[in-house]
Amino acid sequence: MNFTSESSGKRIPCFRVLDDNGYPIAGSIFEQVNKEIAVRMYSGMVTLQIMDTILYETQRQGRISFYLTSTGEEAINLASAAALSPDDVVLPQYREPGVLLWRGFTLQEFANQCFGNEADYGKGRQMPIHYGSQKHNYFTVSSPIATQLPQAAGVAYSLKMDKKDACVVTYMGDGGTSEGDFHAALNFAAVTEVPVIFICRNNGWAISTPITEQFRSDGVVVRGQAYGIRSIRVDGNDALAVYNSVRTARQTAINEQRPILIEALTYRVGHHSTSDDSTKYRAVDEIEHWKTAQNPVARFRKWVQGNGWWTDEYESEFRSNIRKQLMEAIQLAARKEKPPIANLFTDVYEENAPNLVEQERSLGETIKKHPQDYPSDVPL
Amino acid sequence: MAAIVQGIGATAAPSASSNKFLLSSLGSSLLEKKRNFFVVRSDGKCYTGLNQQQRRAQNVVTNAVATKEEKASAAVGSKPGHELLLFEALREGLEEEMDRDPCVCVMGEDVGHYGGSYKVTKGLAEKYGDLRVLDTPIAENSFTGMGIGAAMTGLRPIVEGMNMGFLLLAFNQISNNCGMLHYTSGGQFKIPIVIRGPGGVGRQLGAEHSQRLESYFQSIPGIQMVACSTAYNAKGLMKAAIRSDNPVILFEHVLLYNLKERIPDEEYVLNLEEAEMVRPGEHVTILTYSRMRYHVMQAAKTLVNKGYDPEVIDIRSLKPFDLYTIGNSVKKTHRVLIVEECMRTGGIGASLTAAINENFHDHLDAPIVCLSSQDVPTPYAGTLEEWTLVQPAQIVAAVEQLCL
Repeated sequence: MNFTSESSGKRIPCFRVLDDNGYPIAGSIFEQVNKEIAVRMYSGMVTLQIMDTILYETQRQGRISFYLTSTGEEAINLASAAALSPDDVVLPQYREPGVLLWRGFTLQEFANQCFGNEADYGKGRQMPIHYGSQKHNYFTVSSPIATQLPQAAGVAYSLKMDKKDACVVTYMGDGGTSEGDFHAALNFAAVTEVPVIFICRNNGWAISTPITEQFRSDGVVVRGQAYGIRSIRVDGNDALAVYNSVRTARQTAINEQRPILIEALTYRVGHHSTSDDSTKYRAVDEIEHWKTAQNPVARFRKWVQGNGWWTDEYESEFRSNIRKQLMEAIQLAARKEKPPIANLFTDVYEENAPNLVEQERSLGETIKKHPQDYPSDVPL
Repeated sequence: MAAIVQGIGATAAPSASSNKFLLSSLGSSLLEKKRNFFVVRSDGKCYTGLNQQQRRAQNVVTNAVATKEEKASAAVGSKPGHELLLFEALREGLEEEMDRDPCVCVMGEDVGHYGGSYKVTKGLAEKYGDLRVLDTPIAENSFTGMGIGAAMTGLRPIVEGMNMGFLLLAFNQISNNCGMLHYTSGGQFKIPIVIRGPGGVGRQLGAEHSQRLESYFQSIPGIQMVACSTAYNAKGLMKAAIRSDNPVILFEHVLLYNLKERIPDEEYVLNLEEAEMVRPGEHVTILTYSRMRYHVMQAAKTLVNKGYDPEVIDIRSLKPFDLYTIGNSVKKTHRVLIVEECMRTGGIGASLTAAINENFHDHLDAPIVCLSSQDVPTPYAGTLEEWTLVQPAQIVAAVEQLCL
């Protein structure tokens, strides 16, 4: 009688391509990224950094109500996006705006959503950072954790029925892997044999819960095998490693019609969101260490510059350019009109229901009766 | 028996029927979709050769409990249409829609090879393949989520909950995502999903399998709810729900699956937001749905004997309520009795009472009476279980009290 041990003794190794200084590790086999993609990836990472810094400050200034940064996870965001095709459907958790950025979402569109103005695709109905864009195949962010995972299995099922040359990519954090939806989604995807890539951004923290308190298993990668899913652990701060693993995962998922689990190890440098102060539950020097010594952007920059594709001049010019563009976008977004009150009642159903028509009429009457209590800058 | 049936048939006003016959053509189904919520009532004109009145008389069910319908006098054998049981009608509707649109698919536990716990999907897996009739592992929240994801990408899934009570596990997906995502995405993603399954109190199934989920779900914005009660409306509502671009929850009842009825051969789709006039009358409006319809009709027999003329409406659309039909009835009779299977607190009856009071207060001669189940979990013992439900005797007593 032999009980299988609760741990295999050895941790699953982590796939890396670049070392901490941005040099390719001797003997590592990887697909080379060409200059165009590398520069685009790198500039996307820088843009994301700047977006996060400035929009976070915008919340602190009281101009938007909420923000959530992806600081420390830029490599996962941009490199995974770069490895996909525009037809691949993305179901994000909420810390993946870089994927949208790669696909062409403009700074203005990001700002519009954060300000909830009339140009927001979500029509001002969701909190900031809950981006969604059908034309970019990026599903609208929904706050509850892990609800997107079984939906991803469903989307993959739909793609499989249509025999499309595309897969589904869905993201979650380490905390999300504790939700029931995670387990059932992986199980379903394996049983139905659908092309979906589950990317877990294991960033060490679920608000204040460290991974030591989140699970007892060897991280997330070992769970894949429990459901019969091929999995890999990858260094999430190594842009090239993430790019390579997602590329291969995509090919496997589509050609073999099977799900893949990728655990990308990284660190959440920022607070969970603007409603959190992470210094309350973790050491400041731990944060500093990951912000500087283990910074994925700096690491990739070393490799890109090493190839002669980027210089310090480009860097400062690019950064100030993006900063200026973003500031303008924010000014414009702040000035734009808010969505009209009529939008409160549309899109609940495909066509408006009589009770909603009645409620809208009743609201209109209330506003007419008490115009002084109604904000003057919101159209009806 | 025959006399009573004839009597009911005779008092039926010519333009009272609200059932629609739509000929099968893409044009009419488009017409169906574009129709405003306040639907133009049919003026009694049928599009087929069948006489509406004769059909009404045929459909009067004389037993409260689901058994084979006893046919009244007139020659039934020579009538067009075909006879089937309610679960077969659901399957027929499902099959017709799956033939019509390759995006329609089914997912749920045991729906494929097993054919469904209540045989609604029997034979479909063999016909359409394992992918279109998908057997799922046991995780309601997850396969509902999967259905939502598939719907957002263009499929039209029908998610079957083996028992409505199990869909409580799917509440998160239904409330936070199914009902909301069309709205929060700014209209970019639509969710044309149908969630269906049997609910209600059965025959000693125990408390957990006797849930009335319509009470819990009625508050969720963004979803529609309908309840079927006859083979005819089961098929029509199933088809309408599948064609609707909104998420629709179709409530079936465990004890009604074996109801036999003759339904038309021609294709027809019913309106999701319409109530059904079961028996026109003058003295009191009785609003009901699903299985309680049969308890009400049994009570109606007794009431007619006692000289009352109840108007019975099967509300069918639980969200939104068909206040047009209901309102017209209230304006006529001035008295309302609601008979439901839900619990007293927070049930469909509670919402309906509020809606009628708000909208038709001036037309009421008496406070609305609502007969519901008690606020207790459904006991297993047969006698106890029977008395948690509203019985015909109580309905008769309530009407007598109301019409004093």
